[in-house]
Amino acid sequence: MAEAAAHDLEIERLSVRYGGVIALEDVSLRVPAGRIVGLIGPNGAGKTSLINAVTGVVRPHAGRISLGPQALERLPQHQIARRGIVRTYQNIRLFAALSVAENVRAGALRVPGALDDAALRALLERASAGEVEPRARAGSLPYGAQRRVEIARALAARPAIVLLDEPAAGMNPQETGELRAVIRGIAAAGAGVLLVEHDMGLVSAVCDRVLVLNFGRALAEGTPQEIARDPKVIEAYLGTATA
Amino acid sequence: MLPFFASHSKLFEQIGINALLALSLSISLRAGSLALAQAAFMGLAAYVGSIGAVTYGWNLAESVTAGALAAAAAAALLALPIGRLRGVFLAIATIGFGEIARVAEINLPVTGGAEGFSNIPNDAGAPAIYGALAATGLALALFSRSKAALAIAATREDESAARGVGIDVAAVRLGTLVAGAVVAGVAGVLYAHANFFITPGDFGFPRMEQILVACVVGGVTSSLGAVLGATVMTVLPEAVRFLQDYREVSTGAILLGFILFAPGGIAGLWQRRA
Repeated sequence: MAEAAAHDLEIERLSVRYGGVIALEDVSLRVPAGRIVGLIGPNGAGKTSLINAVTGVVRPHAGRISLGPQALERLPQHQIARRGIVRTYQNIRLFAALSVAENVRAGALRVPGALDDAALRALLERASAGEVEPRARAGSLPYGAQRRVEIARALAARPAIVLLDEPAAGMNPQETGELRAVIRGIAAAGAGVLLVEHDMGLVSAVCDRVLVLNFGRALAEGTPQEIARDPKVIEAYLGTATA
Repeated sequence: MLPFFASHSKLFEQIGINALLALSLSISLRAGSLALAQAAFMGLAAYVGSIGAVTYGWNLAESVTAGALAAAAAAALLALPIGRLRGVFLAIATIGFGEIARVAEINLPVTGGAEGFSNIPNDAGAPAIYGALAATGLALALFSRSKAALAIAATREDESAARGVGIDVAAVRLGTLVAGAVVAGVAGVLYAHANFFITPGDFGFPRMEQILVACVVGGVTSSLGAVLGATVMTVLPEAVRFLQDYREVSTGAILLGFILFAPGGIAGLWQRRA
């Protein structure tokens, strides 16, 4: 399947503020095409704020966001999506009253031509949702299936960059195992993946690089192995030894 | 059947016009916008079409075209200030627009004021009305499988997620408001030509309420539902004339019954069984 032209997502010195509250401060991150980058950190560290800034849901206070040569930080949300940056949501946001097929087709609205049944099936398969009935109402599906349909909807856009906001949340171990293959498949098809996740097993298994956020700032960056050994990261997650 | 039709021709005309109006509201409701300016669009088009017909001798087609264009232009202008409003705030702002339009119709020098505007050529009967209704229904049916229709449904379901798949939500809302206004405008001109006399009071809040009730009773986003709802709500007040002063109560009772027991309207009852 032809993806959008391969471009790296580049985030430079990004700051996001809500009123006086600093959600992100001076964070830089590169998501290369075909690579999987993990974004981890305690609750409230700014992970979802970063995704919201990249997708145009919130305006950055400062910093630059670009996809290849294209600056994104001033574009409206739908224009950013049309340039090939798609996402899933921490709290699933399918079009609940529409069918599974309509949800996936909505993801492909900006792709020229109609999405035929075979292409629809293929997208569901790529998201490990091959068993889902396309005519079923999306809101009626089990939680794990809704997450996978949401990924299929994102893939339908033939994205350059896919931002996954806690895709393993609420999934059982078998589903999480299938999710590994799904995420690797997205990168293998040429798209860059930014994975926000609390499941460290999943992050270690699929990510090429990991950025750790804490209180809105970058705490550490490296391979999953380097991150796991980093004392600053261990301290942020587990607290300081008092003895 | 034919004698019955002949003796009730005014009622059949009213059903057709009210069905067009319900369809016009259902178009903007499909995008999730509670924009309640249909009566104002109808009135604006009715005055434009009628004044053109009386003063400049327009025929029915010219009158309908001019009225629909005027309603579309009004909708496009109205979309600017209301673009960021949602839900009840949008409803209140658009009802306010309707009141402005009504007061303007009373006071402008060309409308005949509160006394009304008369001598409109009585050249729109059931064929013109039902032709317009059939054309609108056919257009909506053909449109229902398009990408644009899916974008409208996605916008209704979740605006932010719709933007997230690249849908220009502002354009969807503008498009549905203008398309709804065109249909309301056609209905307004036909109304004027079928009744040969209009007053600003014909296009006030009670009219808007009547259109909204027809949509709720029929099922807010279904074309067939809107037509059925308009039919029921047009025939019902005639069928309960024996209640005299209390007959308006039947409208409220039916509305309450549908909201409580069948929130999907007539179309919802049908779909649930299917």
